Formats: sequence, structure tokens, C-alpha cells
Amino acid sequence: MSAIRIWKRPPFIKRAWLRWSLTIGGSLFLLVAIGTMDVNWQRVAAGVPRAERFISSFFPPDFASKSSDIWEGIFESLWMTVVSTVIGILLSIPIGLGAARNLAPRPIYLFFRGVLAVSRTFPEIIIALFAVKLFGFGPFAGIIALSIGSIGFYGKLLAEDIEDMDPVQAEAVKSTGSSWLQWLNYSVQPQVTPRMIGLAMYRFDINFRESAVLGIVGAGGIGATLLTTFDRYEFSSSASILLIIIGIVMAVEYSSGYIRKWVQ
Amino acid sequence: MFAACLPTRIITNHCFFASLTMLSLDKLTKQYKTGDLALNDIYLEIPDGQVMALIGPSGAGKSTLIRCVNRLVEPTSGSICLNETELSSLSQGELRRARRRMGMIFQEYALVERLSVMENVLSGRLGYVSFWRSYFRNFPQTDVDEAYRLLARVGLDHMADKRADELSGGQRQRVGICRALIQNPELLLVDEPTASLDPKTSRQIMRLICELCKERKLSAIINIHDVFLAQMFAERIVGLQLGEIVYDGPPDGLTPDVLTTIYGEEDWESTIEKVKEEDFEEKRKDSTSLASGK
Amino acid sequence: MPNEQQAKIKIWQRRDRGHQLTIWACQFIGVAIFVYCWQLVSDNTIWMFVTDAPHQANDMFERMLPPKWEYMDVLWRPIWDTVIIATLGTLMAVVFAFPIAFLAARNTTPSTAFVRPFALFIIVSSRSINSLLWALMLVTILGPGVFAGVLAIGFRSIGFCAKLLYEAIEEIDETQVEAVTATGAKGSQVLNYGIVPQILPAFAGISVFRWDINIRESAILGLVGAGGIGLQLSSSIDTVSWTQVSLILLVILVTVILSEWVSAKIRHSII
Repeated sequence: MSAIRIWKRPPFIKRAWLRWSLTIGGSLFLLVAIGTMDVNWQRVAAGVPRAERFISSFFPPDFASKSSDIWEGIFESLWMTVVSTVIGILLSIPIGLGAARNLAPRPIYLFFRGVLAVSRTFPEIIIALFAVKLFGFGPFAGIIALSIGSIGFYGKLLAEDIEDMDPVQAEAVKSTGSSWLQWLNYSVQPQVTPRMIGLAMYRFDINFRESAVLGIVGAGGIGATLLTTFDRYEFSSSASILLIIIGIVMAVEYSSGYIRKWVQ
Repeated sequence: MFAACLPTRIITNHCFFASLTMLSLDKLTKQYKTGDLALNDIYLEIPDGQVMALIGPSGAGKSTLIRCVNRLVEPTSGSICLNETELSSLSQGELRRARRRMGMIFQEYALVERLSVMENVLSGRLGYVSFWRSYFRNFPQTDVDEAYRLLARVGLDHMADKRADELSGGQRQRVGICRALIQNPELLLVDEPTASLDPKTSRQIMRLICELCKERKLSAIINIHDVFLAQMFAERIVGLQLGEIVYDGPPDGLTPDVLTTIYGEEDWESTIEKVKEEDFEEKRKDSTSLASGK
Repeated sequence: MPNEQQAKIKIWQRRDRGHQLTIWACQFIGVAIFVYCWQLVSDNTIWMFVTDAPHQANDMFERMLPPKWEYMDVLWRPIWDTVIIATLGTLMAVVFAFPIAFLAARNTTPSTAFVRPFALFIIVSSRSINSLLWALMLVTILGPGVFAGVLAIGFRSIGFCAKLLYEAIEEIDETQVEAVTATGAKGSQVLNYGIVPQILPAFAGISVFRWDINIRESAILGLVGAGGIGLQLSSSIDTVSWTQVSLILLVILVTVILSEWVSAKIRHSII
């Protein structure tokens, strides 16, 4: 048997027609997408010196000239974050319990899942747009938006975590004749707490980052200050604000790592 | 037709066999939503103080039977009667009170892993204390004393403040036993207590459970797939196959023929021989190590 | 000691005293911070507006119905732009994130002292800045339009993808890498045969997941002029055309649900 056996790596998608139509469709989409993007290259070219100026303003950033505005904005962002994270998490605990399939009866489960789905669909900034219309300009609107966002995020993850818990441990506590609240306290809570504390830190982090943009629609926080600096081309102040945001996010991330290790 | 099946018994909220029977199951049937008939018309009585082993292949309905007794699984029909109380018709609150009277020991220990050993043991008292007392871990001193006494009895009192996931398999199962016993139960429901343990620890745990049942005059249903452990420790053996009882009698009545009806074809003679030898070896080692220890 | 011997009575407490005090102190500080922050909120809020809000909301809701369906003709183009921004932005992010992840992963980085901190810094700064802020910057520099949106989504997603990817790289099975190395393969071949096959599913999953998020994000970039449906949303709100607003919200809802469905399907077929 001297026939040469040729070996080729089998293709990732086995059905040839699907493979080809995906490849052709994908490239067509890309071509059309890039084609319809209509970039104004002259305008882009004009931006290059501005980009240079922007980047060079980071070295060194100017913390001094608008420091009172900057610190006030950052501080406002921080307390908005604290309040909205706390409120969001407190509200999402009952909602999350209701949205866990192994805890709640079917109608309640569907209702709370619906609540979570709706609060997760719209980005915080769109909710903030409406909150501003309803509650007037200022941090309160931002807090409402961030709290709703937190409920969608935290409630969903809490519900999923409860659904993933070890059912045998829960069954064991139930078999001792515990009441429903005792059962939550002794079997559900110990199982979900460590992860949920980590996620609370993570949500704090997200809320802070979001609160930095809510100012764009007038919902409080550092965003308004940042918008002004961009509008006036005061790039050195924008750079300092961005660096402060990065610094705080990093600080939260590191400390959340420690806290997570501590609660394990 | 209903009456014709039960000429001698009247099923009411109070059971007929009161004084001698700890638990009686009558026409107990469980059909899962998938259509699987896990238990089919089970009739079973357990006298006061009897340790009974429930054997059968996996999927025979052993686990379902035990869970139907304390209604972790809702039976489809039939009656469950624990010492004069009809369990199948209880309301939620009454059911909780009834569950206090039945201690349960689980296959994979089922300790709440992130709680300490002591919290796990005390969780057996949850049915007796109010929510806020349990929330602040403020149990009555008598409960704490009893917990320490039980932990000392199983040789774990020095481990009380360890977290449950730091313990070995055998130690965890001992904690599970303490949790069941601190309920001050009348009946123990034991679900595959040795399934995740090595052979020697399995025997120790079985011995411990049986000793404790004798000390406290408890009845017990022990689900176990290991026939030879069942024979070694139980007073009575019930064989379950496809949701029906196919054997009910003393341990030495388990002939190869009976085992074949329960488990299907296997060369039981040689297996029995082999295990008996192993067990003999094990016992000799145990006794010598005990002797040298003293 | 949690259990003290007191005249033969063994007292059991869940935690020893020091630990319990620490926990109480932490709780007290936490509550104090919250109360202080709430004080600030209440100082900065005109409560009259808040109490009036339910009435306002009802009013707004009534004016939103029914959605102005014929406005849909105007919306097709912005929807297309939104999808383009998300897709091209994700593509760009993925292309850059791949090498950065290898430089950032502890087990593949060429140098832990110099290259890794640099890669990590890129990841952190990309992640810390919201895509709307990226868009704000890029619109200032490059002018408004879809291009700024694509770059904004791309810059924001680089950090996200690279972070998840380098964590996946750090979790690979080292014995498989060893086995390939043992055949005498070069570094690049080890990468190709030992590491890439292990992280490819994670990589694909991350990309699709991020694309799904990016659809949501690109729907709002229009607020700062970076293309997409957000532009129509903000202008409709500014001109108080509530029936257009409700249509746009509906469109966003449908797009998000569709993209979630698509990404779930793709992830399912990969794994």
C-alpha cells in the first residue's frame, strides 16, 4: 500500500456550506461596515496636533489650576457611589431571593426575573436621562440611576448564586425543622456571602466609574467638570481628572482583593 | 375498593399501631414529574428501637423513601405515621415540629461548609429556638452543653471552633451525627452514611451510629448500598428494587438467591467469602492496635 | 479563646471577643459613612421635585404612548451604525487584547519586571475609563462620527478582554505546555500548540460576551456625538418628542435582547 495519505487539519466548522457562507457573509459585513462608516479623514488629520497636545498634557498633569472643582466633583462621585451601592444592594437582596428558582414559587420567580431583566437592559446613563427629567438636575437623579443599575446587576448574580448553591447542605438544615428564615440564615447565607461581598466591591467599582459619566447628562458627579474641561480644551485638567479616576479604581480593586481574601 | 384494601386499618390522623410502632408507612407512592415511579405502594413498619437497613441498587428508591418520611420529598400518595402523628397531611408549621423528631444523616455529610463545627451541631436545634436567638448564635446553655457532650462522645470536642471544611471525611460524618442527635430525635434517617468514606472509616461510622442508637434507644432507617455493612450492623434488612420491597427479614436471610433478586446477577458466593475474610483481617488489626494503644 | 472554662460550664461564642469587636467596629464605621453620605445627598436634593416625581412619571408615561412608528424610517441608519460601532470596536479590541494578554500573564510574559507592569497599566487605564469618556475625548480630538465611536468602544474593551484573557492564560494546564516543550519546540511553536488551543474557547467566549456588552454601550455613545442611536435619543428628549423616545427605547430593548440571544447561541455552540 504505497498510496500517500494526506493529512489536513479538519476545519473548525464541519459543514462546508455553513463554513463558506459564514466566511463570505462575515467579510461582506466587514466591507459594508467599513464602507458605510464614512470617516472624514480631513477632520481626523486636523485632530492629530490636538491629540498630541492632549497626550502631552499628561506630562505632567495639572492638578492645581481647577483643584477645588475637581476635588468637589470627585467627592460628589464618591458619596453618590456609596449611597447608590448600599441602596442598590439592600433592595436587590429581597429581589434576588425572589428571583432564585429554588427558593421562590413560579409566579414570584417570573415576576422578579422580569424586574431584573428590565433594570438590566438600559444603561445607567439612559436611566439617568429620565431620572433627571423626573427629579431635576443633581446627584439624586444619578443615585437613582446607579441604584437601579446595581439592582439589575447584583440581584441577577445573587439569584444565580443561590441557584448554584449546594442543595444537600440546604436540605440538611431544612431537615432539622428550621423555619424559613433560619434556613436562609444557616444554609443559604453562609454559602453565598463570600462571593457576594466580592461582587459588592466590584459593583462599587462599577458605580464609581459610571458616576464619572453621569455628569454628562446632568446627574451629578465628576462628569460635569470633566465635560467642561473638554469643552474648553483644558486638557491638562482633564488629564488630572482621568488620572484620579484611574487611581481610585485601582485602589478599590486592590482593596477588594484583600477583602475577598479576608472573608474567604 | 379503597376500603377493601384496608380491612383492618383505619387511616385517620391518628395511627392504629401506636405503642409498639415507631414508624409506619402505608401505601406510600412517589411518582416524579418525569413519570418515574420511585416508590410503588410501600408498606413498612418499624418497631420502637429497631435499626433497619434499607438495601438495593442505586435508583431503587432508597433515597426517595427516606426523604418522603420527613417530606423533603413530597409523597404522591399514602400515609406516613411517626409515633401516632400522621405526617403526610401536616401544615408547614406542624411539619417543622415533626421534623425536629427525626434526625437525618446525609451521604456527603451535608455540613454547611463555611460554618464552624459548633454552628453545624447547634443547627440541629434550629427547630427549638427562635429566629433571633439563632441569628445571634445565642443558643440556650443546655443546648451548648449537650453539643459539647455529643462532640466529646464522638471524639471531636477539641475541634468545636474549626470550620467544617477543614475536617476529614470521617470527622465530618461524626459532626453530621451530632447534628442529628442534638435534635433529640425519636427516629434517625440515615442516607448512605458511608458512601464517600474508606472501608475502615465506614465501619467505624456504622458502629458509632448503631451504638448511639442503642444508647438512646432510637429507631433508625439506614440506607446503604453495601450489603455486607448492612448485614454486619443491622437487626433487620429490607431490600428495595424498582420502588418495591422484595425482601424483608433478618440479616442472615440474605442468601445469594435473595441478593440476585435485589441486585441482579453476580457471583455472590465468592464475593461474600472475600469480604468476610477482609473483615476478619480488619477486626484483628483493630483489636491489636487497640491493645497496643493501651 | 472562644470557649472559656467557667466552673465546668463551657460557654460557646461564635467568635472570640477581639474578632467580635473588630466586626462591630467595621459595621459601625460602615453605617457612619453611609449616614454621612446620605446627609450629603439630602443637602443636595430638592425634595419637592422628588415628591412630585410619581406624578411627573405618570405624565411622561402617558405622553409616550403610543410610539410614533413612522419615525422608524429615520432610525434604521442609527441602528446600523450602533451595530457597526459595537462589532468593529470589539474586533479592534480583540486584535490588541490578544498580544497584551500574553505580555500581562505571569507565565508567558517576557519580563515580569518591565513588560508586565506596563501591560497591566494599559489594561487598568483602559478599563477605568468609561466608554462614554473615551468617546468624549475622541470626539473632541477627531470630531463627531462613527469612527470616534468605534475607537471609543475599542479602547474601552481592550482592557476588559485582555484582563479576562490573561487570567485564562494564567490558569492553563502547565503539563500540556511542558509536554510540547519536551518535544523540542520553539517558543512560538509552544505558544501555538501548547497554549493557544487551551485558551481559544475562553478567548472566543470573552469576545462574544464583550460584543454583547458593546451593543448596549454603543447605543449611548450618541449622547456625546460619537454616532449610533443615542444621538436620536438625546435630541428626541431635548425636543420633548416623547412618542419618538418610547420608540427608541423599544428599539434599544429589542436590539439588546437580540444581541443577548445571539451571543448566548454563539457561546453555546463554542463550548
